[in-house]
Amino acid sequence: MLLASLILVPFAGSLLAALMPENARNREAWLALAIAATGLLVTGLLYPEVAAGKALREEIAWLPSHGLQLVLRMDGLAWVFTLLILLIGLLVVLYARYYMSPKDPVPRFFSFLLAFMGSMLGVVLSGNLVQLVVFWELTSLTSFLLIAYWHHRSDARRGARMAFTVTATGGLCLLAGVLVLGHIVGSYDLDEVLAAGPLIRSHELYRVALVLVALGALTKSAQFPFHFWLPHAMAAPTPVSSYLHSATMVKAGVFLLVRLWPALAGTAEWNWIIGGAGVCTLLIGAFIAIFQHDLKGLLAYSTISHLGLITVLIGIGTPLAIVAAIFHILNHATFKASLFMTTGIIDHETGTRDLRVLRGLRHQLPVTAVLAIVSSAAMAGVPLLNGFLSKEMFFAETALVGGDEHWWMSVAAVAMGMFSVAYSLRFISIFFGTRATDFPREPHEPPRWMRFPVELLVVLCLIVGIVPGVSIGPILHLAVTATLGPNTPEYDLTPWHGFNLPLLLSAIAFSGGVMLYVVLRRYFNLREREQVPVIYRFSGAQAYETSMMVLTRSAQWLLQRIGTARLQPQLLMMMLAMLAVPPLLVGMPRAWTEIPLHEPDPLFAAIWVIGCACAVAGAWMAKYHRLAALILVGGTGIVTAATFLWLSAPDLALTQLMVETVTTVLILLGLRWLPPRIEPKELHLTIPRSVWMRRSRDMLVAVAGGLGMALLTYAVLVHPAPETIADFFLLRALSEGGGSNVVNVLLVDFRSFDTLGEVTVLSIVALTVYALLRRFRPAADSASVPAQQKNAADPASRQTPAEQASGGYLLVAGIYLRMLLPFIGVIAAYFFMRGHNLPGGGFVAGLIFAVAILVQYMLAGTVWVENHIQLRPHRWLAFGLLLACSTGLGAWAFGHPFLTTYTAHVDWPLLGELHLPTAFVFDLGVFAVVVGTTMLMLVALAHQSLRARRLPGDGGSDAGLTDGRNV
Amino acid sequence: MEIVFAIAVGVTFGSGIWLILRPRTFQLITGLLLMSYGVNLFIFGMGRLWVDRPPITPHTTVDPAQFADPLPQGLVLTAIVIGFATTALYLVMMIGARGLTGSDHVDGEEPRE
Repeated sequence: MLLASLILVPFAGSLLAALMPENARNREAWLALAIAATGLLVTGLLYPEVAAGKALREEIAWLPSHGLQLVLRMDGLAWVFTLLILLIGLLVVLYARYYMSPKDPVPRFFSFLLAFMGSMLGVVLSGNLVQLVVFWELTSLTSFLLIAYWHHRSDARRGARMAFTVTATGGLCLLAGVLVLGHIVGSYDLDEVLAAGPLIRSHELYRVALVLVALGALTKSAQFPFHFWLPHAMAAPTPVSSYLHSATMVKAGVFLLVRLWPALAGTAEWNWIIGGAGVCTLLIGAFIAIFQHDLKGLLAYSTISHLGLITVLIGIGTPLAIVAAIFHILNHATFKASLFMTTGIIDHETGTRDLRVLRGLRHQLPVTAVLAIVSSAAMAGVPLLNGFLSKEMFFAETALVGGDEHWWMSVAAVAMGMFSVAYSLRFISIFFGTRATDFPREPHEPPRWMRFPVELLVVLCLIVGIVPGVSIGPILHLAVTATLGPNTPEYDLTPWHGFNLPLLLSAIAFSGGVMLYVVLRRYFNLREREQVPVIYRFSGAQAYETSMMVLTRSAQWLLQRIGTARLQPQLLMMMLAMLAVPPLLVGMPRAWTEIPLHEPDPLFAAIWVIGCACAVAGAWMAKYHRLAALILVGGTGIVTAATFLWLSAPDLALTQLMVETVTTVLILLGLRWLPPRIEPKELHLTIPRSVWMRRSRDMLVAVAGGLGMALLTYAVLVHPAPETIADFFLLRALSEGGGSNVVNVLLVDFRSFDTLGEVTVLSIVALTVYALLRRFRPAADSASVPAQQKNAADPASRQTPAEQASGGYLLVAGIYLRMLLPFIGVIAAYFFMRGHNLPGGGFVAGLIFAVAILVQYMLAGTVWVENHIQLRPHRWLAFGLLLACSTGLGAWAFGHPFLTTYTAHVDWPLLGELHLPTAFVFDLGVFAVVVGTTMLMLVALAHQSLRARRLPGDGGSDAGLTDGRNV
Repeated sequence: MEIVFAIAVGVTFGSGIWLILRPRTFQLITGLLLMSYGVNLFIFGMGRLWVDRPPITPHTTVDPAQFADPLPQGLVLTAIVIGFATTALYLVMMIGARGLTGSDHVDGEEPRE
């Protein structure tokens, strides 16, 4: 579990950090420090095993039935990267504690930073390629969040978007590449992929895989032509730039290339794609860096160039080049992280990062100046510093591989060396010159612990540069042997190799660089120059913005052409598709009569004549006569219910009947809020041709759809039923479900999980309706009291509904319906109790009970009912759901799966033996939910009329109503 | 019997299609109601038609061939109740949209003609 803990602890810490208060800067920093330190401790503990040459493996079963597991694997290379991530992480956290202002929301910062740490560790420790890609994308995501940390700044948002688009797109390419690799090898396991190098390289899909993986790695490591995102990512807080965008995340790309070196390298394609991108990047990055005016911009381009150097080494692909690449990854992380932190200190102390403004800082920041000069020297490759060693190796490799034929490689290498000397000089020039007093802030040396990480890193640069064999030697060896295995070459880590070609090249680069700087400064106005000479025209960022714009525009164009926000065309398309697709897929049904059919019953046919007439007439009337249409559609509903009854589905008939009732009342309540629509009475009204065409078209679709549906139904009905699982339910309903009404047993026992879902949906819908109606404001023309209720001649218009029911014209109905309430209650209870054995059950009983209450509302009005009965539909909902869930959970207590039913047999006096299945309790929950849902929806709708009448400026006959209970 | 049933499904569904292609919200809700009758009947028909054979088994010894298929019935029962809930939701959307936009057109604004 040690490896898993390395990844899990930062993520857990991220969660914890997010929960801390805004101003807990110290606590956040301590937490992050503790996590990084714990990680380092674990890494240290693992050293002996990794040093012994073993690759540690941990497998955590995830979906074992599908062969999916999380594989964590730590070999030497992964160990070295883990060390790097955690060590730099520790220093960055310490630094960030002082860098972040007390006004910044630190929980977010540390939470993201720790999440990044976990993702990055996930990348290096993954033993499965797909899993690696997942962590890879997580690093892109956390990088996005961290760049946009100051999201009120537009440059931060833009930089974050750009970085994320580029790296995440690369990540998708990588995923595709990994899938191809997995297809070739037959496994995504890293060990197997690494062992299958020859197979991969000889496979016909090798180039595809290589290009896709390279796209992933090159975008992540900001290689040409994708380098443009990195400078824009500098909008992030400096600790982020130092950690993600110089030391770790951008190294993920080169890490991946090193990781897959055994599997992919050794071909001309590898050399040209990886090496070519590297060479371009290294030259372009170094050249542009010289002309930057922002300290962080300079470092960003320098980072790009150094990543290019590493990429070139990997592209060269010889074992010695790989050694140099890994070595330079470590060296670059050390000096570049310290340089970024120095920049942060300067920014913090002077308030600016502009190279045109900064000068003479050695007077105010003497210690920082020394530190920065030493790390810049390491960046420039000055002897006795770590940068020198890996750069020597680089020169040696280019000279060796390039030979006489590819002499340009050495030229490129030396040119890059010159450029890096020049920009390093430019960087340190801020410390020299006369003391300046015109900074936004008067600079002082930073706090002790803010400078400590820089000091430590600079000391590391020196130690590695002077005694590399003792200091970095064993660690480097670990990573190298893990990557190269038996190919590990002899290499010599000493600062002094005698007078040889690399040293000569170094000398040329160094003196050339100094000269270049002097010339540029003296004759080309380096300090004030706005543009990078020659290549400013080829701006990657501009190309990115342009392509994004083109993409957005074409998406909009496409949407305009083929999309519509209008509902009718969408529904028409859907209906046409429904008509056209099934015949195209299956063709027309073949044989017709195969089973004996039922004789048509004249009565059945007669009720459907009525039902169809109602449906067609309802469709006809729905425009101008809503009430009539509603009644007609209700008629079809009743006929449907009768059909269910006729065709052996009494439960359905009952439910349909009750739902019909409730739905009708519901829509009646809604009709009140629709605008009046009066049929035009003029004679000889001409219908415009377009309208006529549209109606004909719709009619055609409707007729075709109806016909198709009828044909399909008939085709199904004349075919014999296939074997279904119906027999299972029929055979076991009584013996195992304890009820003879199979439909009810099906709902509350066999398929009770579905039913639980269904009642949950009901509750959600009810709450949604309630919530929507709380904010509802009626349209102005339907807010006032309807004209029918204002008629002065009608005495009822001066009475409240309650008065009408208790003494007005509704007196008879009032007494009758109030007397009916207990009876309907008893009927509901009856249907509920018998549900398990005879038609009935929770749904039906709930609806019946709801109708009983509803009738009271319709009769005496909202105010009267709510003064007499406390309903609280929300509690019914809660109680019902709780009952249903706890019945299901109860099965766990007895060691059975969720929702297992148990039937108790109880002997009652008088009543005899009774079956009491737990499904009964579950059904009670269903009952409560149905009552709650129906009541909540109807009551919420009914209350709207109360609200409307309370609108100001609407005096009238409704004064009595407002005296009632406030809703 | 079968032919009547099939025509019933066709007519309710067809009237539903006509209505959901209309421009007013109330026409849409009636159309959905009619369509749901058609669809519910259609699903119910998947168990074939049985007269006087309700799936109620009073004895433990059962001949499954003598009873209507309970499975489509269970599904349709669920569908009826869920249909009720969605109708209610749609209704509230309908009157809410009318209050908000002042129009009862399905697109929330009167067509430009």
